[in-house]
Amino acid sequence: MAVTTATRPAISVSGLRKTFGDKAVLDGIDLMVTEGTVFSLLGPNGAGKTTMVRILSTLIPADGGSVRVAGHDLTAQPDRVRAAIGVTGQFSAVDNLLTGEENLKLMADLHHLGRAEGRRRIARLIDRFELGEMARKPASVYSGGMRRRLDLAMTLVGDPRLIFLDEPTTGLDPRSRHAMWQIIRGLVAEGVTVFLTTQYLDEADQLAHHIAVLDHGRIVVEGAPDDLKRRIPGGHILLRFADPTALDTAARSLAVVQRDDDALTLQVPSDGDVRSLRAVLDRLDDAHVEVDHLSIHTPDLDDVFFAFTGTPASAAAPAATTGGHR
Amino acid sequence: MTSLAYTLTDSATMLRRQIRHMRRYPSLTGMLIGMPVVLLLLFVYVFGETLGAGLPGGGGDRGAYMNYLVPGILLFALTGTAQGTAISIAMDTTEGIVDRFRTMAISRSSVLTGHVLGSLVQAMLCIAVLLAISIAIGFRPTATPVEWLAAVGVLVATAFALTWLSVALGLVSDSVETASNLPMFLTLMPFLGSGFVPTDTMPSGLRWFADYQPFTPVTETLRGLLLGSKIGDSALMALAWCAVISLLSYLWAKRAFHRRAAR
Repeated sequence: MAVTTATRPAISVSGLRKTFGDKAVLDGIDLMVTEGTVFSLLGPNGAGKTTMVRILSTLIPADGGSVRVAGHDLTAQPDRVRAAIGVTGQFSAVDNLLTGEENLKLMADLHHLGRAEGRRRIARLIDRFELGEMARKPASVYSGGMRRRLDLAMTLVGDPRLIFLDEPTTGLDPRSRHAMWQIIRGLVAEGVTVFLTTQYLDEADQLAHHIAVLDHGRIVVEGAPDDLKRRIPGGHILLRFADPTALDTAARSLAVVQRDDDALTLQVPSDGDVRSLRAVLDRLDDAHVEVDHLSIHTPDLDDVFFAFTGTPASAAAPAATTGGHR
Repeated sequence: MTSLAYTLTDSATMLRRQIRHMRRYPSLTGMLIGMPVVLLLLFVYVFGETLGAGLPGGGGDRGAYMNYLVPGILLFALTGTAQGTAISIAMDTTEGIVDRFRTMAISRSSVLTGHVLGSLVQAMLCIAVLLAISIAIGFRPTATPVEWLAAVGVLVATAFALTWLSVALGLVSDSVETASNLPMFLTLMPFLGSGFVPTDTMPSGLRWFADYQPFTPVTETLRGLLLGSKIGDSALMALAWCAVISLLSYLWAKRAFHRRAAR
């Protein structure tokens, strides 16, 4: 793990369990989130991500295990925890009958900010989240992306140092998604700790410093994105040749893992670095073989998912947006 | 600030939110006022003459029946606003905003108190409009200022009890539709008491229920205060019912609110 003893954990969880009926939704979770980083809990629908966020944000009690959030014990001092965190859930938590500005004002009032301070923060958030003149329209007319931005802006009114984002981009179009990513990066640059759940592999890959893969209530693997990719097989160089003779010659001079005589391709294991690539090309040069086409495949998180859960992420995470425990 | 001060500030914030809702969505308040007004006009102008003739003492007319009817209509209006409360509570809890409140370091009770206070404002608005219309079409209360104050007090106490009851009903509903249906039985209660006709003419089983259900002493107390009829022990019964219903509903609502979080 990338945690050193010098940094204070923003969240530490050990042996966390939660059952609904006789179904163990979280089955002994241990994890640690370093202050100032993005921690991503990655998993398909129904893996227990939302339950995890609901427990960590004091919404529901755990059935076992110990949790400290922002330095406070979750069960002993829930109000201290609440004062330190901000939560943007999977389901929009804005007041549809109020305007964007009134929603933000409501948050400012509930955080007991003074009039001037409240107004200052609201103006800054409206500006930062590009709500503009829409801020004076009721939230019921907002687009999906704008509603998420307002939702997150409301979370930030209290200036929390730790925020929970439960699937913040599910259901957003690509542009809104990238806008959300930019916002999250901006928060991290300010030193905010982010606990992010997602079912999108690229999202975790893009944003997270540390990823934990959750499947059926257990963390099956965790580490930095690059670590995870390195720990699984699948990285290779794919070579295509113009004719069977060249394929034969090349196959004799290389350590081939897979040969396809119909497609005239060879797969050579490689972790994708320049040295191993050069070694392969040198050998082909020595054997006087012309390569028709070359491509490098580094494992992506899809491979990670497959390697550690036994199911492809795409099959485990259908497009449906259900799966929260409410 | 002390925690009590926070509770008050947060409740005031939540009340402002409810009042904004009313202003932003006036059709709900409009409907809550409209229904009893329609019922008032219907009973006065369609049934009034006939029902007036059946009043005890005999030979009452439309005007006499209107005087008899208004307290019942006022209570009917309160059951309507109670239904509105259940709906708005259920809308809040199903839409995720309450989950947001729950993750904030605010006074938890303020979420419910905001709704209750908002509903009381709405209920009193309804009552004021209804009284104005009633007086305009010939309702002639004989109450002194003190009796008026007492009548308003009884109405507030009743609204308070009904509101907490409907907050609980709204919280145990898993959809807005359920929340809209559950308090429906309340709107029948003034009819199954002395709200619209004296209970003497009802068959014995129903009459027994009508005499002892909470709406009857409340109706009789209001009638006594506004029109000078005999109150007797109705006032005490009315206040006791209001206190019991308020307390039990409050406890039920509180429990439901916490349980909802644990799902």
